[in-house]
Amino acid sequence: MSKRVTIDPITRIEGHLRVDVEVDGGKVKKAWASGQMWRGVENILIGRDPRDAWAITQRICGVCTTVHAFASVRAVENALQLEIPVNAQYIRNMIMLAHAIHDHIVHFYHLSALDWVDVVSALKADPKKAASLAQSLSNWNNNSEAEFKKVQEKLKGFVGTGQLGIFTNGYWGHPAMKLSPEVNLLATVHYLQALEVQRYANKIVAILGSKSPHIQNVAVGGVANPLSVDSQSVLTVERLLAVKEWIDKLDDFIKNVYLIDVAAIGAFYADWTRYGRGITDYLSVPDIPLDGKGTQFALPGGYIEGGKLESHKPIVTFGDKYFVDGVSEAIKHSWYDYAGGNDVSLHPYKGETKPNYTDFQDNGKYSWLKSPTFYGKPMQVGPLSRVLNMLAAGHEPTKKYATAALDLVSSLAGTKVGLDAMHSTIGRHAARAVGCAVQSDELKNQWNLLLANMGKGDLKTYNKPTFPKGEQMGVGFHEAPRGVLSHWVVIDSGKIKNYQCVVPTTWNAAPRNEKDQSGAYEACLLDNPVADPEKPLEVLRTVHSFDPCLACAVHVVDQENNPVVTVKAA
Amino acid sequence: MAVVVLGIGNILLTDEGVGVRAIEALEQDYVLPAGVNVIDGGTCAMEMLEQLENLDALIVVDCVRHGQPPGTPVLLKGEDVPVFFKTKLSPHQVGLCDVLASLRFTERAPKHTAIIGIQPESLALGMDLTPTVAARLPELLAMTVAELRSLGFDVRRRS
Repeated sequence: MSKRVTIDPITRIEGHLRVDVEVDGGKVKKAWASGQMWRGVENILIGRDPRDAWAITQRICGVCTTVHAFASVRAVENALQLEIPVNAQYIRNMIMLAHAIHDHIVHFYHLSALDWVDVVSALKADPKKAASLAQSLSNWNNNSEAEFKKVQEKLKGFVGTGQLGIFTNGYWGHPAMKLSPEVNLLATVHYLQALEVQRYANKIVAILGSKSPHIQNVAVGGVANPLSVDSQSVLTVERLLAVKEWIDKLDDFIKNVYLIDVAAIGAFYADWTRYGRGITDYLSVPDIPLDGKGTQFALPGGYIEGGKLESHKPIVTFGDKYFVDGVSEAIKHSWYDYAGGNDVSLHPYKGETKPNYTDFQDNGKYSWLKSPTFYGKPMQVGPLSRVLNMLAAGHEPTKKYATAALDLVSSLAGTKVGLDAMHSTIGRHAARAVGCAVQSDELKNQWNLLLANMGKGDLKTYNKPTFPKGEQMGVGFHEAPRGVLSHWVVIDSGKIKNYQCVVPTTWNAAPRNEKDQSGAYEACLLDNPVADPEKPLEVLRTVHSFDPCLACAVHVVDQENNPVVTVKAA
Repeated sequence: MAVVVLGIGNILLTDEGVGVRAIEALEQDYVLPAGVNVIDGGTCAMEMLEQLENLDALIVVDCVRHGQPPGTPVLLKGEDVPVFFKTKLSPHQVGLCDVLASLRFTERAPKHTAIIGIQPESLALGMDLTPTVAARLPELLAMTVAELRSLGFDVRRRS
């Protein structure tokens, strides 16, 4: 007999996501992903000055502030065919990479590791054994027995007083938790170290972006950072040297802790390489432009069909026609109406944002997210898509870190684990760590490029935009931490006439499209195991592997003590 | 003494953004002494961790549903503060409460926390506050300034 399980909202994510599954014989047989908040920023933007759009779009969500700012200015620059100074690219690139690194570290350690790591079990660990295990895996200089003991003592105090605080909402003692107490302690130690390390990524964003958490240095035409080799008030070589120090600290943690931990935890959960495959049509865009126009990129992107790397088709420039022509959005199962009816799929330049809420209808409308498709097909976007496309494009650093990660998993699991295992729930975590190592290398590279260019005497960071009469259209895309982000703008005589944001989580968490095909979350949940419908940890594992970000962020606080999370099993 | 006045909320959703609007007005209308750092937190979380470490006091300005008519301000201190953070009505799960829980775990939590809130009238899409809430903004500012003065700071209105 099938059981319906509703998880509303999914916790430890940004925004409000509801997931419904029908469970039969311990497996998911049917799934619905539903965005529960309306993101209507598009309607706020109409009629405004295109130069102001970035500051508004960065308020869409608390996690993705910078990414929306950059996608927005890229869209306007694309519409104006405006080239920006190469220094501006380097500075933007460094902010993007530092932000992505921050996001990935926080996602793994602070948001999703608790699906796999049983913090309470870490109390039973032998700290000496745990430390020597950690030392056998990595040269990280903070894996001492004393450090492990200290963390365990602290944890005892917390658990003893019932103040789990940051660790609440975990499914402690769940039968699907498989790590030994020692590995649980190791992960908990690194959880706390990650809290310390993530600050360096933030400092980079704050220094280069002039302010944190909301950066202030973005401008259509470049960045507002005056560069200098001597003055005190601007971005000086001295400040850039501090940035370099933080870059190196992050790099040490990513290569010697994050990448290792993901492989080690992954090796214990080898069965999870069989779940969460879902959609294997992968879309990513190239990013980290190396010239003012965006015709050369450090990190390649493109499309892979059916998981076959040899099918890779590259996307090569900003405004690439292959990308622009492929994207459209349907609303048959979304709480919107299109003037042309329910069964059409609209290109973002022609996009409409007219709400029509109907309540949750299993076979009708059930989500505030639209259903984006690429040449008519739903896609998976995000770290896995990014890494597979970079591998397919022959990107050497990606090959290096992917091979290292898979080799470590293979040796720990005692069996050969190949690339095919990446098309899975645990594979998405591995891909995120591999991608993060690549981003860390590239962050160093961008720093070197900026310093070398300043050394040549080029201090330019801004080209003033001019808005001609008549209509222009542009797209700004960005390979954001969660995948392909695109902003689409139509400008009429200097004012915004239409604006659409097609965000990564919309691709992945999309409801069924106009042809009733599921989005990636829904597809990846099919056949996912569920041992106990009252504690659907396994569903959370697959959903969290995408790092959901629902981009809406209402957070009014209620003084009355309402239960916020409900799991309904009927 | 290190104190942060933190305005939080989403400025795209009318009264949801009142915390941010309040601290913007605070910086515009008052001269704040050294030691008082004003942060526009928006809807961010972990990004603020470092700026909120080892504070003598944290003053949070936010929109708070406390069951009173729209526009009614409220000051939460002492025992009421944990209640505020325990009840995440918020769909924004990785919010300020998690940041503060992390700070407690690393023993860097603020010594005192006060919440200055106001009951929203609308959370509809839009960048302006409702007239009901906008009219009470000066009271919210006065409460914030009073809180800073009670901590011993000399806060003066710009002339």
